[in-house]
Amino acid sequence: MSASAIKRAPGRGGIHGREAVAGWLFTAPLIVILGVFLFIPIVMALYVSLTNWNGNGSPFAGGDNAQFVGLRNYTSLFTDEGLTRQTFMQSLNNNFWYVLLVVPIQTATSFLLALVVNNRFLKGRSFFRTAFYFPSVTSSIAISVVFLVLFANSGVVNSLLKLVGIDGPQWFNDARGIFHLGGGEAPAWATGQILGRSLWEWTAGPSVAMCVIVILAVWTTTGTFMLMFLAAMQDLPVEVDEAAALDGVSPWQKLRHVTIPMLRPTFFLVITLGLIGTWQVFDQIYVMGKGQPGGTTLTPAFLSYQQSFTNLKYGSGAAMAFVVFVIIILLTWFQRWLMSEERTERSRLRRAQRAAAPGGAA
Amino acid sequence: MTTSPLRLRGALVGGVAASLLLAGCGGGFSGGSTGSNTAASTQTGPVKLTVMIGSSGDAETNAVKAAASAWAAKTGNTVDVVAASDLTQQLGQGFAGGTPPDVFYTGADVVGDYAKAGYLYAYGKDVASAGFLPALEKAFTYKGTLQCAPKDYSTLALVINTDMWTAAGLTDADIPKDWAGLETVAAKLTKNGVTGLVFSGEHDRVGVFLKQAGGWLVNADGTQVTADTDANAAGLAEVKKLLASGNVKFAKAVDAGWGGEAIGKGKTAMTIEGNWISGAMTKDYPTIKYKVVELPAGPAGKGTLAFTNCWGIAAKSKNQAAAVDLVKAFISTDQQMAFAKAFGVMPSTTEANAKYKAEYPANAAFAAGGDYGQGPVNFPGWGPVKTAYNNDIANLANVDPKSVLGTLQKNATAAMSGS
Repeated sequence: MSASAIKRAPGRGGIHGREAVAGWLFTAPLIVILGVFLFIPIVMALYVSLTNWNGNGSPFAGGDNAQFVGLRNYTSLFTDEGLTRQTFMQSLNNNFWYVLLVVPIQTATSFLLALVVNNRFLKGRSFFRTAFYFPSVTSSIAISVVFLVLFANSGVVNSLLKLVGIDGPQWFNDARGIFHLGGGEAPAWATGQILGRSLWEWTAGPSVAMCVIVILAVWTTTGTFMLMFLAAMQDLPVEVDEAAALDGVSPWQKLRHVTIPMLRPTFFLVITLGLIGTWQVFDQIYVMGKGQPGGTTLTPAFLSYQQSFTNLKYGSGAAMAFVVFVIIILLTWFQRWLMSEERTERSRLRRAQRAAAPGGAA
Repeated sequence: MTTSPLRLRGALVGGVAASLLLAGCGGGFSGGSTGSNTAASTQTGPVKLTVMIGSSGDAETNAVKAAASAWAAKTGNTVDVVAASDLTQQLGQGFAGGTPPDVFYTGADVVGDYAKAGYLYAYGKDVASAGFLPALEKAFTYKGTLQCAPKDYSTLALVINTDMWTAAGLTDADIPKDWAGLETVAAKLTKNGVTGLVFSGEHDRVGVFLKQAGGWLVNADGTQVTADTDANAAGLAEVKKLLASGNVKFAKAVDAGWGGEAIGKGKTAMTIEGNWISGAMTKDYPTIKYKVVELPAGPAGKGTLAFTNCWGIAAKSKNQAAAVDLVKAFISTDQQMAFAKAFGVMPSTTEANAKYKAEYPANAAFAAGGDYGQGPVNFPGWGPVKTAYNNDIANLANVDPKSVLGTLQKNATAAMSGS
């Protein structure tokens, strides 16, 4: 629209002259709705993150209740030694492990499930489709409560483990990182501090309690993503499948060289949605212990809420939310670059050239 | 009344977006016109008050409603009692939006935060004549001013399952008087999957051992952090020793949310809980026979913790005079006794407390705690410090008490100095 507007000389009407006006008119309702409910609130929150608002009255009224402090809320999250930075860093650390586990596992699982239920020769397909999708339509709060019961110290999971001779952990009470389950002291290389946390703490991995939340998240979201893969798979042209069959490819080759490349946009969608969702995890944390045990299930989203409503530091809480916002943007951007067609195409060409070159692997 | 034409004009001028915004936020972001007016103002004629409570259940909600409507009927005003599902969050919305409830429960651990942020109308001087228990008055004093009228209080005591007690061959003479006695009975009561003593692994329970050892986290007038003292270390070391014996566990280790659940489900023979336990026992575990005794004394004598709420009045309430009048009705001796009967709390005034002791001898151990109970730490910024400290306590079996207290000292000092 803007390109045509630039080309058009001022004053000259023409048959397309009023299209821009009509365009704006038609998009106006959505722009207003998005503006009022999305854009303006975000700008307001951004302003709050630049104040020391204590929740008393309007943050825009100024005065003692909401002084403008510039970037202090942001810098203090990273540079001020103390409890706020420590907790925030811990929450980022927790959430990092959470994302690292949940996103690959849920993407792989949902893809595999979609492959299974997309199989034309599977009996009772619609039953399985419904069954796999079921956790996604159930309230996350209800599922969290069920998991609390399942993983109780004398719950079903530990009873099953006991049958095979394993003494299960106290799932929700175990603050140890899974890489530190063996115990032991921090070795010399791990005593250095980065942003108020020792390397030993940074590399402890998700706590046992966090792992339960990882399982829960994978279990609840897989169904939705399975549905996306399934829809994309059913959209794939049958001819390509047939052509591949005629070329005599094995099922594995077909999956690796035909199906997966054609599903690239869906993978991009699923991974992006996964990244955004996992960095914003809140409700499960709220229900399953509010950061307990030992703050190892704290996430920035929950901490931001707590910092605002419980500790009455709304500015600092909003700043945390925006730090997460930036993290999500950066990760999505990085992932876009990683999965971009051009880049993968180039690396494939390079591989092919290397293979063709004399001495290359045949 | 006077603001509506203004707001209407603003909406017309501001256009579609602004009016949607106003509607969406209930006028909360409409600028400082309503927000900056924090001075006490009094409306004449019948007023409508909103009371927001964080209720323990129907019994409490109904009792407060009954008391409020009695006052309303007498004075000709109306009172709307709202039982919040998440009091902190709902109050937060009210304060931020400029329309907080007139009267609301305020916990002693948040009173400092609220007072500092200017949420509270400090009407303490109007009600001080009621004669509150000194520990409670101190709990709600911020910068030398009593912020609000203590509503009631609870203290911690030792709750014993009497059937298990007699089955273990113990008598009244064995009721622990000191830490050694506690260790002995805990060992005797631990058998057949029952743990001798179970309590929540958090500051609000473990603190009694600090108190019994002669320590506390802040000094008497709450102006200095005194966490890393030898007395506190001795208190925490005792808890660690108890945990190491295996006869004492934190509630989570036995799959219980709190001590009441542990004793109710027969997982423990003793717990450390407050008087709210009686309501839970009657309602959820009516078959368990139990009695309540004072906590054993430590090397520095008796010690317990007192928990309390007050009737906060919003600085932005337009009906502060009426609200103070309502609170006066709530804290009258007769009304407090009615509350005590309805949901098991103990009255906040000296006069009503004496009456309570006479009327409820079974709860004498709780009431006795009123004389020596320690009120909560209440300086602004204590909340996150406490959360971090609680994390350390939950992990006490694996860490050194002195380093826990060292961290606490550092964090609490930073918070108190307002960083």
